[in-house]
Amino acid sequence: MSPRQGITDPGAASVAARGWLAANKWLLARRLAQLFFVGIFVTGPLFGVWIAKGNLASSLTLGVLPLTDPLMLLQSLAAGHVMTGTAILGAALVMVAYALVGGRVYCSWVCPVNAVTDLAHWLRGRLGIQKGLALNHNTRFWLLGGVLVASAATGTIAWEVINPVTMLHRGLVTGGILTLGSATLVTAAVFLFDLGIASRGWCTHLCPVGAFYALVGSRSLLRVSAVNRIACNDCMDCFTVCPERHVIAPALRGAAKGVGPLILSRDCTNCGRCIDVCSKTVFRFDTRFHSDPAGTKSARSETKAA
Amino acid sequence: MAGQGNSRSEGVDQGRRAMLTGTVRGACAVGMMGALVAFPSRRQSVLPALRPPGAMAEKDFLSACVRCGLCVRDCPYGTLKLSDLGDGPVPGTPFFNARTVPCEMCETIPCVAACPTGALDKGLSDIKNAKMGVAVLVGHESCLNWLGLRCDVCYRVCPRIGEAITLEVSHNERTAKHARFIPTVHSAKCTGCGKCEKACVLDEAAIKVLPHALATGLLGKHYRLGWEEKARAGHSLVEESPEMPVRGMEGVEKTPSGTYKLDRTPSGGFKEFKP
Repeated sequence: MSPRQGITDPGAASVAARGWLAANKWLLARRLAQLFFVGIFVTGPLFGVWIAKGNLASSLTLGVLPLTDPLMLLQSLAAGHVMTGTAILGAALVMVAYALVGGRVYCSWVCPVNAVTDLAHWLRGRLGIQKGLALNHNTRFWLLGGVLVASAATGTIAWEVINPVTMLHRGLVTGGILTLGSATLVTAAVFLFDLGIASRGWCTHLCPVGAFYALVGSRSLLRVSAVNRIACNDCMDCFTVCPERHVIAPALRGAAKGVGPLILSRDCTNCGRCIDVCSKTVFRFDTRFHSDPAGTKSARSETKAA
Repeated sequence: MAGQGNSRSEGVDQGRRAMLTGTVRGACAVGMMGALVAFPSRRQSVLPALRPPGAMAEKDFLSACVRCGLCVRDCPYGTLKLSDLGDGPVPGTPFFNARTVPCEMCETIPCVAACPTGALDKGLSDIKNAKMGVAVLVGHESCLNWLGLRCDVCYRVCPRIGEAITLEVSHNERTAKHARFIPTVHSAKCTGCGKCEKACVLDEAAIKVLPHALATGLLGKHYRLGWEEKARAGHSLVEESPEMPVRGMEGVEKTPSGTYKLDRTPSGGFKEFKP
């Protein structure tokens, strides 16, 4: 297989080696999860079976489990309002969950915008659009700071005026997406931005919600590990599919520097697409406690010990 | 270029300068993002919104409401809606249009119970104390009662009939022999539920619920109403005016309230008036 083929169709080698289902397992699981997190909110209005009420900003599941976006709580606090106990409890539960499984699991498994920007990225590849606006992936952290400053300055939950995450989710669960309202417009804007202006522009470079969750999960337990990195044949498929490609190299190629195989960057979304597309089964989900580099390359551990 | 001067002090200097410029650039980035984000949120909504019962004052409401729609989901009458572009209120926030579906004033106030953030105040325990707005009879030229008919619909549908809306009797100048029953809203009792606006029989409602400040106006803080101050203190706060004689009224008897008792003459004038 030529490297060119790998870039136009990453995962082809993995499909050939392991079968279609195994090569798309985590992608399918993610799409199902994203559907799930919209579905549980719409069974009520559509069929009268209430599982979750509200939306990703704040919700009540099965009448007992309150969940609130901690970034909302933080902005509200900056705006000078202390929320009631229900919201504080809900935000604490969300924080704990994402601190364990990885903050940006929110981005790749829950957030509905992910499917939109993934589609834009896929179409971008299909149309052969290569050039685009070069953004710094740390811009989102500055924007996150700006959001809190704006909340304090205006006394409002400032990001909610344009937040594509909650606007799209609200549009999906209330049916607002069927009108030419805020959900449709903001989603179209993000899609077109990612398609024509900046490759993986929104989620990877700008979204302050993702930046916030990256900080929440920066010490998370669940991690992707390049556990079998010795088998890597440098096909570059994982780099091609990864939305945060700077997170891979330290783990995949860190053996020479004595760096463990765990992808420890807070930016990793735990989407598992690298696991899917690797024909050599280099990656798998692991916990951060299995960070011993010795297991993968005994020669390296000797060098390190010396 | 490099290598001029003392290299060590230059290295320290450059490190310090890099840190300084880094801090300045970071602050600029945060400030710029903040300014851009603040831009739309400073926009005032053009149309005044009627908020759910117990809603904080509009300015504070936007610091607390996360636009989750839980109040909307628990509203049993479909009164509450989440705003979208073109509705007026900030997109995503709950509101209602009284002419479309008014508030039914549930005793358990499920919308307030559902609010997780405190944007709807849990301190509201009696729906009769809700202040969603105040009804105002804006159509003095179209209201059927003002025209002299007995419509009375707004008065009759009011959940606080006889308290929030009363019918005040006045003389009908047009017919010169009938009364007009003017629907009169009392802001202290009106909850702003909007049932009157919904029920108004006109093509465009003559009675409308407006946000409180718009509906009632506000006295200057320094205003003191003499009669109230007098009642509170038990006496007038200023010296009573001296009694001045009225020319031509000498010897005419007075009523207890201080007006003159006048006798009509058959020609329509008053006996006491001397041309």
